[in-house]
Amino acid sequence: MRLKRLILASSAAFFALTATALAAKPTDGGYWLQEAATPVMEDLHWLHNFVSWIILAITLFVMVLMAYIMFRFSAKRNPVPSKTTHHVGLEVAWTIIPVIILLIMVVPSMRLLYFQDALPETEMTVKVVGNTWNWEYSYPEFENVESYISNPLEKEDAEAAGVPYLLATDAPLVVPVNTKVKVLVTSSNNLHSFAMPAFGVKMDAVPGRINETWFEVLPGKEGTYYGQCSEICGIKHYKMPIEILVVGKDEFRQWVANDGAFTTSVASVGGGVTAAQE
Amino acid sequence: MVAIPHGDDHGGAYGDDKPGFFARWFYSTNHKDIGTLYLIFGIISGLIGGYLSFMMRMELAAPGISVFNSEHDYLVFASMHGLIMIFFMVMPALIGGFGNWFVPIMIGAPDMAFPRMNNLSFWLLPTALICLLISFFVPGSASGNGFGGGWVMYPPLSTSGSPGPAFDFIIIGLLAAGFSSIFGAINFITTILNMRAPGMTMHKMPLFAWSVLVTAFLLLLALPVLAASLFMLFTDRIDGGTGFFDPAMGGDPEMFQHLFWFFGHPEVYIMILPAFGIVSHVVSTFSKKPVFGYLGMAYAMVAIGVVGFVVWAHHMYTVGMDVDLKAYFLAATLVIAVPTGVKIFSWLATMWGGSISFSIPMQWALAFIFLFVVGGVTGVMLANAGVDVALHDTYYVVAHFHYVLSMGAVFGIFCGFYYWFGKMSGYLYNKWLAAAHFWLFFIGVNVIFFPQHFLGLNSMPRRYIDYPAEFELWNQVSSAGALITLAGVFFFFVMLIEAFVRKRPAGENYWGEGATTLEWTLPSPPPFHIFNTLPRIEESDEH
Repeated sequence: MRLKRLILASSAAFFALTATALAAKPTDGGYWLQEAATPVMEDLHWLHNFVSWIILAITLFVMVLMAYIMFRFSAKRNPVPSKTTHHVGLEVAWTIIPVIILLIMVVPSMRLLYFQDALPETEMTVKVVGNTWNWEYSYPEFENVESYISNPLEKEDAEAAGVPYLLATDAPLVVPVNTKVKVLVTSSNNLHSFAMPAFGVKMDAVPGRINETWFEVLPGKEGTYYGQCSEICGIKHYKMPIEILVVGKDEFRQWVANDGAFTTSVASVGGGVTAAQE
Repeated sequence: MVAIPHGDDHGGAYGDDKPGFFARWFYSTNHKDIGTLYLIFGIISGLIGGYLSFMMRMELAAPGISVFNSEHDYLVFASMHGLIMIFFMVMPALIGGFGNWFVPIMIGAPDMAFPRMNNLSFWLLPTALICLLISFFVPGSASGNGFGGGWVMYPPLSTSGSPGPAFDFIIIGLLAAGFSSIFGAINFITTILNMRAPGMTMHKMPLFAWSVLVTAFLLLLALPVLAASLFMLFTDRIDGGTGFFDPAMGGDPEMFQHLFWFFGHPEVYIMILPAFGIVSHVVSTFSKKPVFGYLGMAYAMVAIGVVGFVVWAHHMYTVGMDVDLKAYFLAATLVIAVPTGVKIFSWLATMWGGSISFSIPMQWALAFIFLFVVGGVTGVMLANAGVDVALHDTYYVVAHFHYVLSMGAVFGIFCGFYYWFGKMSGYLYNKWLAAAHFWLFFIGVNVIFFPQHFLGLNSMPRRYIDYPAEFELWNQVSSAGALITLAGVFFFFVMLIEAFVRKRPAGENYWGEGATTLEWTLPSPPPFHIFNTLPRIEESDEH
């Protein structure tokens, strides 16, 4: 844990530039992962930074070594080449050292994989169906909330509403904060992939198969999150965004009590949230 | 490796009775002529594939849809760019082109084992390419002509999603290309195992021949799986046909992905191993030193080939696989980093202590080594299944595989091209034109692909004709890189034309003492028939 914190802290310092630029959606010129909203994504960030440090170090090592060799052993400086072709010690070293580096890497990697993949006791379930070309959401545990289609906003509508085109939809998936949510993903036709970068979630929607994944949005991370379909599904592949609205537990209860009413249009979503927050 | 032929039977001693133009180039059974045909074919395919990618980069230069008439056309371009570059540019150039030209010469054989099958291997390819080109102009789906389901051809998009004949043409074309590769593989394996000159033991064989041998085994084992899965797609597409991949008929679309990547992952090593071989020779030649750790180099390629067959599902971490299976593929994939590291460090050790001259082929080789490291380490990142969830199907993956292909395999091709251009054509190229090509290409591809890491980390998915304004900056930079690369390609052709117009004759061994393999004992270009008397490789324990 201490090592983890240390690396987190140093990565944070190194990548501090990005900290202000990160949001729940991509940012122009952004060059790192989107800010984490779930524990899985926090761990994913950690592992990504950890591996990035290692691969950056390896790349720099090779680069410096190459530069040195090109300088030191150029035909001008070293007219007479050596005839060395073997060095058992070296050959063993450059086999063993990468193995050790990989062993160090594989431990946190496996931990993240199992954390991400093994479903904990979840508190509620949402079902996601990929259609050509929109997403359909339903809440099997709340019978009064009818399943609904989430369509992408056209450019003019997105601009009028002040929301990002190709990310915003007319009806987000609504989930409560600080709650373990099970996501069931399937498709009615082509392959799709349900992806939410800030959550560390990406799960293919496959016809004839129900995949499951999960997320838990951290307290204080309420807000709107954007993702995009991530498996080629035909001509509108670029235009079936995923929008998730994370609200407080009370607001969510209220939303369910209202039969999911405030998701019918963007205006009422905004109004509903504001009202609920007041 | 020191390999000295006995007797000096070059030049006039060879029969040089070339057949007439038509018989020579259309009925050809001569490995050098077939190699030349493969290289010309690779250049033509490269232009087509390059045009497709250039148009995509122009479309993506700014948000909105401006270059393409329809979203479908963009997907057709994206799909065909992948298929044409892989099957009709990289593979023909590296294996068919340099493999045919130099494997027989390097092992001291007069020709390939099955010259007529060699001819068949080549002529299947233009036929296949024509099938793929026809597919552009026949209906693919209700949205338009051509097939837009991605080069991976996943069903249901390639079955019920593309009912038109366009995809049938692609299946036929790829089957033909696949058989071409299988015949070629049989030919190389037979030639290398049976036709080495006296004294040329396996452990004295030049590394390029080793790389082609390993590649040929990969082709022989992987291509039939592709052929089978394409055929299953074909029967699935027939009305009232099979339902291998159709859940409504008890099939499973994910089974196709397993079959495809069982072929697809070895395929990436098929594309890079011959480049490894070429780079080994170039690094050794221009350092004036034998290859360091020859046996380690040869068996690292064998290890990469073997492990390459058991890691395929790392392309499928998000399909909903069992977690233990993902854990296995994670671990197995990381293992590949070890033999790859052996290759990289052995090249560096070959240069260490050498007397390095920075000729054009050496510049490509050095760039290859460095850029392959950059592409390789992002592969280590992607191998981590947990992190891959954030990066799968984003531009990070696009950046990764273009670093190992567009800068790995393609740099390997140009490295070999400049190394052997004089040997193949008999003419020397202009250094300044070649340098302009190299530097523009080197800067261009880096400007295209490095920013794509950022796009991917920031979550931009692949195969999008239009994107949110939030991704604009890096897309603009990337498209600017495409213009620089285009200028590099322009100099490549100027260099070619200049060399053939000026006709500066190349000597037998224009690279000097560092070039020790058998092709440097023959005139440039080598006579039509070579090694009428087999060379004899002297006893020598030095590699």
